[in-house]
Amino acid sequence: MRLFVSDGVPGCLPVLAAAGRARGRAEVLISTVGPEDCVVPFLTRPKVPVLQLDSGNYLFSTSAICRYFFLLSGWEQDDLTNQWLEWEATELQPALSAALYYLVVQGKKGEDVLGSVRRALTHIDHSLSRQNCPFLAGETESLADIVLWGALYPLLQDPAYLPEELSALHSWFQTLSTQEPCQRAAETVLKQQGVLALRPYLQKQPQPSPAEGRAVTNEPEEEELATLSEEEIAMAVTAWEKGLESLPPLRPQQNPVLPVAGERNVLITSALPYVNNVPHLGNIIGCVLSADVFARYSRLRQWNTLYLCGTDEYGTATETKALEEGLTPQEICDKYHIIHADIYRWFNISFDIFGRTTTPQQTKITQDIFQQLLKRGFVLQDTVEQLRCEHCARFLADRFVEGVCPFCGYEEARGDQCDKCGKLINAVELKKPQCKVCRSCPVVQSSQHLFLDLPKLEKRLEEWLGRTLPGSDWTPNAQFITRSWLRDGLKPRCITRDLKWGTPVPLEGFEDKVFYVWFDATIGYLSITANYTDQWERWWKNPEQVDLYQFMAKDNVPFHSLVFPCSALGAEDNYTLVSHLIATEYLNYEDGKFSKSRGVGVFGDMAQDTGIPADIWRFYLLYIRPEGQDSAFSWTDLLLKNNSELLNNLGNFINRAGMFVSKFFGGYVPEMVLTPDDQRLLAHVTLELQHYHQLLEKVRIRDALRSILTISRHGNQYIQVNEPWKRIKGSEADRQRAGTVTGLAVNIAALLSVMLQPYMPTVSATIQAQLQLPPPACSILLTNFLCTLPAGHQIGTVSPLFQKLENDQIESLRQRFGGGQGIFMVAGDNFVVLQAKTSPKPAVVETVTTAKPQQIQALMDEVTKQGNIVRELKAQKADKNEVAAEVAKLLDLKKQLAVAEGKPPEAPKGKKKK
Amino acid sequence: MAAAAELSLLEKSLGLSKGNKYSAQGERQIPVLQTNNGPSLTGLTTIAAHLVKQANKEYLLGSTAEEKAIVQQWLEYRVTQVDGHSSKNDIHTLLKDLNSYLEDKVYLTGYNFTLADILLYYGLHRFIHYPGIRQHLSSVVFIKNRLYTNSH
Repeated sequence: MRLFVSDGVPGCLPVLAAAGRARGRAEVLISTVGPEDCVVPFLTRPKVPVLQLDSGNYLFSTSAICRYFFLLSGWEQDDLTNQWLEWEATELQPALSAALYYLVVQGKKGEDVLGSVRRALTHIDHSLSRQNCPFLAGETESLADIVLWGALYPLLQDPAYLPEELSALHSWFQTLSTQEPCQRAAETVLKQQGVLALRPYLQKQPQPSPAEGRAVTNEPEEEELATLSEEEIAMAVTAWEKGLESLPPLRPQQNPVLPVAGERNVLITSALPYVNNVPHLGNIIGCVLSADVFARYSRLRQWNTLYLCGTDEYGTATETKALEEGLTPQEICDKYHIIHADIYRWFNISFDIFGRTTTPQQTKITQDIFQQLLKRGFVLQDTVEQLRCEHCARFLADRFVEGVCPFCGYEEARGDQCDKCGKLINAVELKKPQCKVCRSCPVVQSSQHLFLDLPKLEKRLEEWLGRTLPGSDWTPNAQFITRSWLRDGLKPRCITRDLKWGTPVPLEGFEDKVFYVWFDATIGYLSITANYTDQWERWWKNPEQVDLYQFMAKDNVPFHSLVFPCSALGAEDNYTLVSHLIATEYLNYEDGKFSKSRGVGVFGDMAQDTGIPADIWRFYLLYIRPEGQDSAFSWTDLLLKNNSELLNNLGNFINRAGMFVSKFFGGYVPEMVLTPDDQRLLAHVTLELQHYHQLLEKVRIRDALRSILTISRHGNQYIQVNEPWKRIKGSEADRQRAGTVTGLAVNIAALLSVMLQPYMPTVSATIQAQLQLPPPACSILLTNFLCTLPAGHQIGTVSPLFQKLENDQIESLRQRFGGGQGIFMVAGDNFVVLQAKTSPKPAVVETVTTAKPQQIQALMDEVTKQGNIVRELKAQKADKNEVAAEVAKLLDLKKQLAVAEGKPPEAPKGKKKK
Repeated sequence: MAAAAELSLLEKSLGLSKGNKYSAQGERQIPVLQTNNGPSLTGLTTIAAHLVKQANKEYLLGSTAEEKAIVQQWLEYRVTQVDGHSSKNDIHTLLKDLNSYLEDKVYLTGYNFTLADILLYYGLHRFIHYPGIRQHLSSVVFIKNRLYTNSH
């Protein structure tokens, strides 16, 4: 028989380790093939390792090959081994492939990798210690040990991923790893490169789907329906029959929205985006879009809701940007504030207020909180040594200084960190420091600064957290980050900066200083509200009546859970503090991070140019919302989700339901006579609707979206099974049945349109217009499924809701946004070229006007044309000067192209950069 | 079909008289069988193999080393590939692969009917009857007369 193996394929480890068992009983020929070779004739996808038996049959399962070798040696099968192998295939492998993928392909570390396999590892450890045997299936090493060892070896051979506390697993693993067959197998497969040897193989594997999402499949399947009690069914039917009558009157629209005693008052904030960055999709899903879904949901529940956000405008970055663009900081903010507002408008974000932090209210409220803190002794003063550029007449923030690294002597170390040795640097320790803007040498000056005395406020903070956290909906990461800060002990935080563009510090001797953004940015929520209504304190000094939900990405947690609460508690002014802090994880782009500096990813303003409607973006971003763990944006997946979930599932169902009403019943909803089967469907839909509510009340936005898709799947199956298009041509009873099915289906479609409203507002409105859903039913979502389109209701014109995305279209978008070598970010219509990390000389930021893809294409064409001219001239042996002139033109064009593409311009030959 | 129901059907076809009670574990509702003499067993194929032994029909697990390995391979295939969260695309590939594998075979092991055939049949049942898949395949006519008497 012949065993086909391949380097760097994990399954080859156990197979090679077990092959020795067959020795003396059969001859095993080992052939090495490529990991992508299709050895097994009947399998479409490549599969290695494979054992070709003498009978011509193939074993393509790693466990089955190992089992065969063991069987040849006289071993007999037993239940316990079967159980381990089944567990290995169904539980351990998915978890392990995810962990290896994160580690090797995505370069993650620590808990991000271990998190997905920890449960499985613990299971092995417990089993070993419980049965008190050194091996999985008894006193001697056997099949189960080899198969599991082989699966685990690539990960566990790195001691970082073999948790110390799992001591039984530890010693089991060590015992096996030191055995000769295992050692040899490891050397053959991993070639002493450790887990990195698996890289080429793993890169070709699909990205593992997050474990949580696994319960939800993308394709129609026979879903297991929960069992329903008679009461549940009866209640669902009663609620359904009440119909529109059970809707409460609509809340009148208030302006301004203010808290109302006795009502649920929900205040929602989204983290304030920094003004001179164009938000990328990760920023959008992290705060504004997530908060928008919740705000829309909250309004559907008729809760009194205020949703606010704005641009965060003060700080060094704005000042610098203003210098470069030759504008005042205020003009820069005005310009970018509009860009931000436009992007969010395009995404249909339903802010009640989209404000900004550079307003007189901001100064007033910040200074007031500061004065209160000062009065109560929560502010300290201390001297800080800083670099000051005399030429620019300003203190230099760390990233505006460069110099020689005090540790390794690297000449271009930054003020905060050396790129060469990676050590963190205190800017004043840099040798030969240089101001990055003017290149003159800054001097060390001491400067007085103010500190917020967090240690003194720590106790109050802990008391407040102790009251707030239990029973709240803080996301686990927010709780974890907050706890870890408290565990390490809070330290005084500097709250002032030597800048001009900021909120002035109202204290003698601090006239040239402003508040540091992290002290006053969170106060922006208050000042933005104050600019909306002079009664802002009814929201912000009203903790008894107001439920504050704050949305952000996880890097913003400490400012919202520690710093602002400490300021507010210290000011002793009964401020409303966050009740529910909702933090997302990170969204990655394809395989890497969204990176503005590398031009990787899709940015808010570019999403509009893709031709994909805003609602589709919203849907996909929410579908992959990094809820509980990081997730990744993928173009292929976007196409897949659009075509499978929206087009084939949701769109198909809603369209069919409406079409049946139009085509078979002249546009009037037919009479419905519910059979027990229909009643059960009603109850299932009700159950799923209630699940949706439970999830959204806990702000589990991504999960709640699944409920919508599940209902529409039920709907599709219902139509499929009952075939109204056939029954309509049948007997009177058949026609009546067709009517009931159509009527129930179109009512489910109406329910879906309301449930969909927080996620896809435009699509929701389109469905509601097509179905002519009565206004109150459009704006209120109860916990029961009502008949909102009673018999006789006339619907409008039905048309398809979604468009298919084609492969070529997505492929060209992927290439456009893939992020080449260029280092660029996108700001409005300008491509702003940031300096390459390695380029020695300054030009901090250079702005190039509008370089849209068409222009890049045009430049490319010109480069090609000019290149041909040069080649022709050279071929004709033309005059040297003439050639040189054309070459100069060509070089210039190439440079323009590089700049437009965001690549650092190539250095001219001969003048090598150091 | 829930795993417990599938196992009960298997019990019946194996001629086991007393019906076992199964509990379900975790999100994927993995069946668990509490045996009289010993620890509980977890997993569809593990329990199925156990039932076969209980019914003294070990031949259903294969007679030679080769057959035994092949049976287990297809049992694994059932729980990882067929039950995996497969998209329509995956299902097509899977059916295509199975079709080409079975081209020159009567049963999965070749000529002998085994547990692998039973469980794979159950597993495929839900696809074959899904309209989107079914429409591309002609319906299979089952002949109720036994053409071959089983040697066992």
